[in-house]
Amino acid sequence: MKSTFQMDSQNTIHRKRLLLKIIGLLFFFFIFVLSGFLIGEEQIEANLSEKNLSPSLVHLFGTDWLGRDMFMRTLKGLNLSFQVGLLASSISAVLALTLSLLASKSRLLDYIVTILIDLFLSIPHLVALILIAFVLGGGIKGIVVGIALTHWPTLTRVLRAEIMQIKSAEYVQLSKKLGKSRMWIVKHHFIPHLIPQLFVGFVLLFPHAILHESAITFLGFGLSPEQPAIGIILSESMKYLSTGMWWLVLFPGISLIAMVAIFDALGNNLRKFINRE
Amino acid sequence: MQLTNIAKFILLRTMKFTILLFAVIALSFTLVSFSPVDPVQSYLGAEMMVVSEEQKEEIAEHFGVNEPKYKQFFNWMKMFLQGDLGTSLLYRQDVFSIIQEKFLASFALMAISWAVSGIFGYGLGVIAGMNKGTIIDRAIKFYCFTLASTPTFWIAILLLIVFSLWLGLYPIGLGTPIGMLAEEVTLLDRLKHILLPALTLSIIGVSNIALHTRQKVVEILDAEFIRFARAKGEEGILLFARHGFRNTLFPAISVHFTSFGELFGGVILAEQVFSYPGLGQAIVQAGLNSDVPLLLGIVVFSAFFVFVGNLLADLLYYIIYLRMKNGEMI
Amino acid sequence: MSILHELTYTTNAVPEERHANYLLEVKNFSLTIERVEKGYTPERLYVIRDFHLKIHHGEIVAIVGASGSGKSLLADAILGIHPKNSMIEGTVNFEKSPLTEKRKKQLRGKDIMLLPQMTNALDPLMKVGKQVQTFIKQKNKQKVLKSIFQKVGLSPTIIKEIPSTLSGGMIRRIFIAMALASEAKLIIADEPTNGLDLEALDELLLQLKILANDHRAIVMITHDIEAALKIADKIAVFYAGETVEIVPRKNFTKKGEKLRHPYTKALWNALPQNGFVPMDSSQPSPSIVIKGCVFSDQCPKATKICRIKKPKLQEISDNEMVRCLYA
Repeated sequence: MKSTFQMDSQNTIHRKRLLLKIIGLLFFFFIFVLSGFLIGEEQIEANLSEKNLSPSLVHLFGTDWLGRDMFMRTLKGLNLSFQVGLLASSISAVLALTLSLLASKSRLLDYIVTILIDLFLSIPHLVALILIAFVLGGGIKGIVVGIALTHWPTLTRVLRAEIMQIKSAEYVQLSKKLGKSRMWIVKHHFIPHLIPQLFVGFVLLFPHAILHESAITFLGFGLSPEQPAIGIILSESMKYLSTGMWWLVLFPGISLIAMVAIFDALGNNLRKFINRE
Repeated sequence: MQLTNIAKFILLRTMKFTILLFAVIALSFTLVSFSPVDPVQSYLGAEMMVVSEEQKEEIAEHFGVNEPKYKQFFNWMKMFLQGDLGTSLLYRQDVFSIIQEKFLASFALMAISWAVSGIFGYGLGVIAGMNKGTIIDRAIKFYCFTLASTPTFWIAILLLIVFSLWLGLYPIGLGTPIGMLAEEVTLLDRLKHILLPALTLSIIGVSNIALHTRQKVVEILDAEFIRFARAKGEEGILLFARHGFRNTLFPAISVHFTSFGELFGGVILAEQVFSYPGLGQAIVQAGLNSDVPLLLGIVVFSAFFVFVGNLLADLLYYIIYLRMKNGEMI
Repeated sequence: MSILHELTYTTNAVPEERHANYLLEVKNFSLTIERVEKGYTPERLYVIRDFHLKIHHGEIVAIVGASGSGKSLLADAILGIHPKNSMIEGTVNFEKSPLTEKRKKQLRGKDIMLLPQMTNALDPLMKVGKQVQTFIKQKNKQKVLKSIFQKVGLSPTIIKEIPSTLSGGMIRRIFIAMALASEAKLIIADEPTNGLDLEALDELLLQLKILANDHRAIVMITHDIEAALKIADKIAVFYAGETVEIVPRKNFTKKGEKLRHPYTKALWNALPQNGFVPMDSSQPSPSIVIKGCVFSDQCPKATKICRIKKPKLQEISDNEMVRCLYA
């Protein structure tokens, strides 16, 4: 008796700490990503009187060859990456949900969805991204579609397995016997059960989406050079490497890693929280 | 008996893959056919202005551009089945031979980084697992998780800064020294230029295999036979050498084989940063310059490459399974 | 079966002069696990609170207690392979000198050996012959190995096999083969009877008896009192981390009149052939500190004083001890 009570209170403490962690991460996320919305064009304008400055208190990340403040550009770039990631991950998540629900409908559909998953997993992500970006002529559209199309398979697998489990659950079988329609079962049994998994999957898609966005942009297939994306910043900086401006590479990169890591930690903690690990 | 089983296994996988490959080809072809790029224009490039309309027609005829899409697809498929992947617009050369040549360069790079990251990743995973919960374990875990969030090209640029800019050990870029014919390049030169991209990919590649091995080691250490081995007086390195190594090595190699897809992606980025003349650079050039035949060729090849990795991984598991079942030694 | 019977009713009598000459002597032994995890308040688990055991060469002592009462940790602690976050206290003497952690390290696998409970205790990828061979110290290992395999009724042809191809029964024989191959004086058998049918059980007990007749001491950790009563010379009853009673086997008679501790009696009377008297099988949680008698919450005879005063383990004779205020 006593011991189970203790376990319970321990568990609550544990969950409280998890929640605190999640809130902390969200806080970081807001500072990092949303501050980009507050930055106007004038703050990243060229200012030739202040070019090639190494990091200082005035310019935390230094300035580039046009005198643009790298800190502001980085924040703006992260914000842009976030938007691209948000859009692409949302589409991916919707695709995953739709396909996994379709797969639960019949054996044939399940087979088709499995083949589609295998198909999309058989090409390296970056290769597929290049292909899609090429077809759509680059730009935001190419990136978003590319990332959305390459990232749904893993989440679909997770959701598909989840549905299979629910399907055999007693209450679903009971609903079936009671003559409930398929739509009713999907709406009342499947969806509510899948929402948490979907949400976690969605958050965990983010880091991948952002990393791939920066990579494809870096290669020159993604966002156009006028946009201050991290991939653009880094590929431009490479041209100026020989001038020794290491800060153009170091800080934007670390910021990107930090953002990706925050999302990763957020997703993993959310999963723990939801699965009551 | 064993061999026929294994042969059957490979055959079955290959058949499944062949179907998948056709789907990959069909999908890529459909995608590309929607592309707004005019192949004639991309073939001619700047010469577009000086070439007459008739000549353009002729070129279009040559590529079969004016035919309906499905016909183009079947033509391409027919050629593909004969081993003809078409002609690269960019290199003005047979796509197949370009892939062959470029892959050789990339293969050296991939093989080195695959082996190095595998050995180090496995080692780190074992160290972390054996010291679970200690500061060493945490440091290794932190390193791996951070790497998982790190863009490959950024590591590459950092290495470039350190080795080329600060230490002055390398010129910035180029797989072979400037102004030399490919035949004149010595092995040492090649080695020198493969080093940085290989280092980049090795650093990045460690993460997955290390985390996986760590998990496996932790699992094994909890197993009853390890408790028994401890009760027999075995511990530390001896314990691992006798019981841990055998039980974690094959799963680790298997997992490492499944990383071929990521390796390929990494190669594209590393080659781009270091101007290493391999398959990765070729696909980027093909994409940027609308070289459709080359692009399609590399896409198909990459799918094949990933398939080989997965096949090897599954095969390894299958062989272990067979041996376990038949009670033979590994 | 018949051999077992014969062996069973010849208790290895202990000659007078060896009475004080114990192979293993455990006194006031305790093991506490300290759990300090992130997100949890540090927690102490009193897995073993006060354990006593004395065993001679060639003697079989069964430690009988409910499943999950930390008996396996006891085996680990004697071997020195208990978890790092556990603390042990008390006296442990092996061949009359203290069994320190350093000495445990030297002796485990040699003088003291574990007979594991589960068939997954063998390395799944190592030939069984090689696993047995690590115990053989003599020259001419192959020959010794073969003769040992024959001794335990295994065909030498399986020497080159890996465990997954062998049946559970064969793997248990391999364990016995290991014990035979070793020069261990003390064998700790951890739940050796788990999941065995009657026939396999008798065979295993017979083999344990053979080991004992080979002058080795056997500590048999089990929850199966019936199996224990078939071969053990003494039964140490284990409850909530304490030795509550040590009884010679011959005292288990009729309605248990010769048993002194209420828990032992309850165990005995709960057996089908003794009336199937239902008993409350719950135990106090290891996370709480117990001031009085560990059995006081379940004991039909408990009085107020039982909850406050911890009874000492009284020595009744060389072979008998009991921990009860009213024994």
